[in-house]
Amino acid sequence: MSSDRHPLFKPLIFVGGLVFGFGLGFSHMARPEVVINFLTFTDLGLPFVMFGAAIVSGVAFALLPRIRNAAPLTGDSYRRRLKPFDRNVLVGGAVFGVGWGLSGICPGAAYASLGVGNVTILWALAGMFLGAYAQGYWRSRTRARDTAATGAD
Amino acid sequence: MVTDPVLLQAVAELFPNGISRYAVGGLLVGVGTVLIYAGTGIPAGASTFLESTLSYVSDQSRFQQYVGSRDWRLVFTAGIVLGGLAFAATVQSGVITSSLYQPGTTGRLYDVGGVTLWMTEVQPWRLFLGGILVGVGTRIGKGCTSGHGVCGVGSASKTSVIGVVTFLAVAIGTAQVVAALGVSP
Repeated sequence: MSSDRHPLFKPLIFVGGLVFGFGLGFSHMARPEVVINFLTFTDLGLPFVMFGAAIVSGVAFALLPRIRNAAPLTGDSYRRRLKPFDRNVLVGGAVFGVGWGLSGICPGAAYASLGVGNVTILWALAGMFLGAYAQGYWRSRTRARDTAATGAD
Repeated sequence: MVTDPVLLQAVAELFPNGISRYAVGGLLVGVGTVLIYAGTGIPAGASTFLESTLSYVSDQSRFQQYVGSRDWRLVFTAGIVLGGLAFAATVQSGVITSSLYQPGTTGRLYDVGGVTLWMTEVQPWRLFLGGILVGVGTRIGKGCTSGHGVCGVGSASKTSVIGVVTFLAVAIGTAQVVAALGVSP
């Protein structure tokens, strides 16, 4: 399916990523210290980043489906990002919270952090791949054993 | 309007770097997300890249489900890295200056070929151990700060709001405990 995609599909994804990464640099979310400063209440700026971005995306997610029937580069309809709630959201969110609180870095910010020159962040990226591999290995095994799998998210 | 000088000072202490760099940066993160969504209909999150990229090297079914999206997710992540570099080469290097940008004092700056780069002083063990938990947690919890926090909250998804409240609350508790134990930076 990826071979017959619109020629502008990947260029657009790339440009979107560029702006996204520039924003993470500008907002200092690519700096673990600044995230930790928020979490310890010494600089409360972080919510302006997350909610600022959520407001922009929220407006687009609400308006685009009313303006167009389908996205020009894929022909897919505009859907909101809705995922089913289950215990995993709480368990995974809590594990992520411990990791984020300890390190001050989340995935997107870690990629941008590498870009701003923070070579030390490779420790975090190595950890993230290791963690993602460990849960994927374990869950693939569990799903193979358990036919009543709940489906992919 | 806030006019009480004591209150104003209290607010200033809570925002030692102001709010404009955060708000402007957040808007840009939103614009990047919207560019992709408008063109493709995809509400892109950053953490799926971890599993989709593992599908290149592992046959586990959990990773193979992302084979169809792994190529563009690699492109998205490359864009984020280079976007960070573009920020470093312009604003961080002082080539572009703006009253909306406060440089702050965290970490340490160093220079490579005229570009001002930045390095964290947070200890590697914190980054590595925290990274492992971020890798496990974001994938089990169905999203990270961009998937749940930006796209999910922007979609008014109850699941994502619960996810964000959960990881924010736990992260605050964790960071406070770590700081109280005297771990710094």
